[in-house]
Amino acid sequence: MWFEELLITIKYYLVLQMPGSLQPVGSAFLSSLPIMTSFGGLFALATLLERKMLGRIQNRYGPNRVGPGGLLQPVADGIKMLTKEDIVPKNADHLIHFLAPLGLLVSAMLGLSVIPFGHRLIALDIETGILFFFAMGAASELAIFMAGWGSRNKYALLGALRAIAQMISYEIPLILSALSVLMVVGSLSLSDVAQAQSGGIHTWHIFTPWGFLGCILFLISTLAEINRSPFDIPEAESELIAGHMTEYSGFKYALFFMAEGVAMFAMCALTATLFLGGYHAPLPILSFIPGPVWLFGKLTSLVLLFIWIRGTMPRLRADQLMEFAWKFMLPMSVVNLIAAGVWVALDGGVAAWILSGLLNCVAYFGWSRILSQASRFNPRTYRYAEEAGVSK
Amino acid sequence: MIGKGILKGMVETARNLTGSFHDPDRLTTVEYPEQKIPAKENARNFPFLIYDGDDWEAGLRCVSCQICEKECPPQCIYIEKDKEKKPDFLGKMQMQPKIFDIDVSVCMGCQICVEVCPFESIRMDNDFEYAGSDRFESLLLTKDQLAKSNKYYHSIHPTEAQETDEIRVQKREDHLAKEKAKAEKLAKAKEEAATKAALSKAEKAKEE
Amino acid sequence: MSLFFTITALITMASAIAAMTLRNLVHCVLCLTVTFAGIALVFLQLGAEFIGFSQILVYIGAVSILMLFALLMTRGGTELTLKRWDPVHWITGTLIGIAGFGVMSFAIFNSSLRQSKIPEAKADSLHALGNSLLSQYVLPLEVMALLLTVALIGAALIALPEKKVFRRNASFSKNQESGNK
Repeated sequence: MWFEELLITIKYYLVLQMPGSLQPVGSAFLSSLPIMTSFGGLFALATLLERKMLGRIQNRYGPNRVGPGGLLQPVADGIKMLTKEDIVPKNADHLIHFLAPLGLLVSAMLGLSVIPFGHRLIALDIETGILFFFAMGAASELAIFMAGWGSRNKYALLGALRAIAQMISYEIPLILSALSVLMVVGSLSLSDVAQAQSGGIHTWHIFTPWGFLGCILFLISTLAEINRSPFDIPEAESELIAGHMTEYSGFKYALFFMAEGVAMFAMCALTATLFLGGYHAPLPILSFIPGPVWLFGKLTSLVLLFIWIRGTMPRLRADQLMEFAWKFMLPMSVVNLIAAGVWVALDGGVAAWILSGLLNCVAYFGWSRILSQASRFNPRTYRYAEEAGVSK
Repeated sequence: MIGKGILKGMVETARNLTGSFHDPDRLTTVEYPEQKIPAKENARNFPFLIYDGDDWEAGLRCVSCQICEKECPPQCIYIEKDKEKKPDFLGKMQMQPKIFDIDVSVCMGCQICVEVCPFESIRMDNDFEYAGSDRFESLLLTKDQLAKSNKYYHSIHPTEAQETDEIRVQKREDHLAKEKAKAEKLAKAKEEAATKAALSKAEKAKEE
Repeated sequence: MSLFFTITALITMASAIAAMTLRNLVHCVLCLTVTFAGIALVFLQLGAEFIGFSQILVYIGAVSILMLFALLMTRGGTELTLKRWDPVHWITGTLIGIAGFGVMSFAIFNSSLRQSKIPEAKADSLHALGNSLLSQYVLPLEVMALLLTVALIGAALIALPEKKVFRRNASFSKNQESGNK
């Protein structure tokens, strides 16, 4: 608590030093500055961490040449990216090509503004915080389309279309699984959601039947939403060069990468807020440690989980991706929503625990059994032109 | 059950992740400029010229016969003969190269030059650190860069060097035997001539 | 009329005009997206947070993407520009616009909105919205949900014939297999 109060006091002191007409702008600037700087730095460190951890998973060292233990590798990467030539294709739509990376980064950064980093430590405390977050996520789809279409490149357009199809498909389970939390909390404001889990580890939403399934569904949809492995088909290197980023180089390419990283952090922060207690300590005794430390700890462990998943799983095929979204994710998230409804109707307690847990378990085991029997290594069927023309 | 295989895979990668910290055998990476793996005995890439003794110019085995230059498929060898001759290991006067260049940017390491060389003078090296800042000059190896001692040859390819030395010993023995036989033949011929002369002398004296 | 509203209105109007006049269809859709964003900003200035963000989520995130997809799927990547400047289109478009505007203004002027004073934006507008949607306006909501479901099933039906061909082929190959045995 003291840390948050200190930060807020400093901010108000600084704002009061400004002339009156500048105060709203100054306040907004001072609120967004820590977010932008800290997540920019965190992104740089995360790239290094990702490469190191992937290396260890593959029994390699990872980057260890620049600086002690490779710590300065992000700096070297940054210098390389910034000094590279910025090439724009001759036939590209210059304005759209230029606006796309900016739009992506801005929408990713704006998503962070509704995340509560501590008690009262939230840049934009609005009633409809989570809706704002998802609206910004939707705006990033448009930016990806602009990147793909503005490049005048087949691979870029194909990658963008794949990305958008994937993001729209996975947005539904994403929002539905978040909705279960909102139903129970009864508010769209993320600070209310965090406040509802203030009592310690047993009040965290992940330790309820609907929260557990919801968290897993949310994490899977998050992976798809930020185009990370195993859902990285929009930028599948072996098929599409780099998807919508094919025609970008230098600083703009770095912006794309940064937007991806920031979107990952924003999604992880949202997951932590929705299911893992937000900025609250797992035990009330530990609450002397400031809230941002807890949130960043949870966020980092989720990022580590994502890297771990990336080091484990191969890329999905496009049709498998869609099948998974519509045949598994969507029904499960609807069932989870019903389970959360049962919880709300019974107002928590043991009966609600058993009922919603039973509902989720039955749905999960039953549905996965049906699905795996339906597609148990069927021989692949091919369609040939001659065969399709045969009339029976 | 959906998700079981994924969990199994994640356990496996987690084992790799933690194992690479406490089990050094897992990490097969060699930190190259600081650590080097000793080259395998049969490793070879570009040719070099062998010399005997300590003075590379005097001990160079090459007699500039130019067979390798003619046989080289990508024609990366360039030889110019010197006017002055020098004695080889058998004591015979032989030609020597004035210029002997190998362009390693062209060389494909086929080892044909080694196979055709009748004087055991050109052999394959295993040094691979040829990186330079210039594509042309630094990759054109001249005679003084190519000349390496027989000791070095023994250090990189011991078995092969042993065989080469045996061939040379054999050659020397053959040469000595030949010389001996020649000398004997010569002596015999002389003797015969002498006896013949003595005989004819005696016959002449008889006739008289 | 605040400065902020003026700027928003100008951007919205300019992008709407651009969406009507630009030659390249993708540019038109992108300009239309800016218009949607401007409308969302107007909602936000009126204190209707939920509707404003829903506008962004639905119109920018889904509707404009849908239009772009439809464009790319039907016309192909090359023919994305309007070539003819047809006066018939121009006149019919204007007529439709006037008719739409007339119907909407008629509805607004005859509604209760005009008589009552504009209520202050309530602090708890979200809960009020939810309550009224699920109590007073539950029938229109359900009708709309039904309509969307019907549209979804219709879309699935349109996509279905391909699957029939697929099945027939599967049985075809099965017959072949049994014949081989």
